[in-house]
Amino acid sequence: MTGALSKVYFFLIGVFLALPMIVVAGVSVNEKQTLAFPPKGFSLSWYGEIFLNPEWRNALFASLTLAILSAAVAVAIALPLAWFLWRRIAPWANIFQLLGIAPFTLPPVITALGLLTFWATTGFYGQPWTAVVSHAIFFVTLPLVTLSLGFTAIDRSLVEAAATMGADDRTIFRTVVLPLILPYIVSGYAFAFVLSLNEYIVAYMTVGFTMETLPIKIFNALRYGYTPTMASVTILFVATAAVIFSLVARFGDLPKLLGAMSSDDT
Amino acid sequence: MRREAPQKLGDYGPLFFPAMMLIVFFVVPFATMIAVSFFQRQQGGFYVPAFVFSNYERFLSLFFANVLGFSLMLAITVAICCVLLAVPFTYLLTRMARKVQIVWLVALLSVLSLSEVIIGFAWSTLFSRTAGITNLLVMMGVMSEAKALLPSFGAVLTGMVYQAFPYTVLVLYPALVRLDPTLTEAARTLGASPIRAFFTVVVPALRNTITATLIMVFIFALGSYLLPQLLGRPQHWTLSVLITDQAIYQSNMPFAAAMAVFLVLVTLGLVALTVMAGRKGEAA
Repeated sequence: MTGALSKVYFFLIGVFLALPMIVVAGVSVNEKQTLAFPPKGFSLSWYGEIFLNPEWRNALFASLTLAILSAAVAVAIALPLAWFLWRRIAPWANIFQLLGIAPFTLPPVITALGLLTFWATTGFYGQPWTAVVSHAIFFVTLPLVTLSLGFTAIDRSLVEAAATMGADDRTIFRTVVLPLILPYIVSGYAFAFVLSLNEYIVAYMTVGFTMETLPIKIFNALRYGYTPTMASVTILFVATAAVIFSLVARFGDLPKLLGAMSSDDT
Repeated sequence: MRREAPQKLGDYGPLFFPAMMLIVFFVVPFATMIAVSFFQRQQGGFYVPAFVFSNYERFLSLFFANVLGFSLMLAITVAICCVLLAVPFTYLLTRMARKVQIVWLVALLSVLSLSEVIIGFAWSTLFSRTAGITNLLVMMGVMSEAKALLPSFGAVLTGMVYQAFPYTVLVLYPALVRLDPTLTEAARTLGASPIRAFFTVVVPALRNTITATLIMVFIFALGSYLLPQLLGRPQHWTLSVLITDQAIYQSNMPFAAAMAVFLVLVTLGLVALTVMAGRKGEAA
């Protein structure tokens, strides 16, 4: 598959991936409240609408709060677990690794329904904090995978040197392990954050009737007809994801995070 | 410091919080769901503890068999389309300069992280009459009049392939990046064309990876719950849609739970197959 052919192939895939976003971007700058492409007139007012219309603004804040908190809880669960599995030989503890990966591997509707029955049975159904816990469990897989990868990349002789000099576990963690693992914590947090921002079904099943996150708001708005704000929110989301993943790539090693060998040995 | 077995109880300390969270908020909810699937439903959306199989008996209907059959068929079609598109794409991607790879990976991750709501909305716009792709075709003179392309099976399939394609690439990426480049070089030196080398050397070497990827994408597609609703007709609804519908709109939690348990069993069976395919791959 030489030059030209592969270029054409990549171009076609690129068009396939970008086309819906191009049309949505076009729709989002329509002057009037119409679903038209190519856009009629040009106006950025639908982007202002996200922040000016109280309904959309509340949904945006709800989504941001949820994503910031749930990603933090997910990292708080994943970090000690990944550290323990790296530091200790305890084969049975691997069951928790499996439990951490399961929610993300199973079809999302299953995790969502499990949490719905749980919150309904315990009587907390509809409370905003239940969404934070639910998302943290649903997305714990992401920091867990990046952190496990990060720990395996640590040169154990560094840790051994610190131990010989008399440092205890706590000091070693603070002075040696933490600085080495920090990029993986950040990327794990970033993955969980972006996905939580976009998540619909778990949020809908746990707090859908009491709180509107942005995806829930878009879906509800879709059922009552069409507004260009949906298009501007979509573009805002794509841009956010692209910026965050570019930052992860800028400050970390993205191909390595996704399973390639490190840049040093290729 | 070498890895060592925990010496005293205090060494288990770090495990406490993660273990507690995962047990309380994943294992217990999962068990709750299984329990509810045996509960008796009552009028008005409530349910009482019981041990009945009536929720599972409802599976034995033609309607359910159709939904299940359609879900499986749709997920298989999506998996095949994605793997066919993604294997050559990922192979070529791993042969590119690192900087180019990173740009593509960022783009793929951005699409992958998009909400199903957003993907559904974007494609419904693209397939709509007023703002859709047909307008472009009219402008180019290919078509005489713009028309809506949805709801239709093609729209559902396109949306789901769009959603699953980045996932497929990212699942294939680690295996393809590690593929020994001397394999294809050897084939090239012996006179094979690049395309021939790809099909006779790369694809056979990746047979197990491709099988495992097909199953993983199949499971991923099985989880799609909004695209069939937004882009298709009711006959295009999948098991995931039906579960949501029963749980939220019909307030029939026991039946929704029973379907979810069934979906878990199907998924777990497939994961077991993936693991077995992976084992075989290591042995070979």
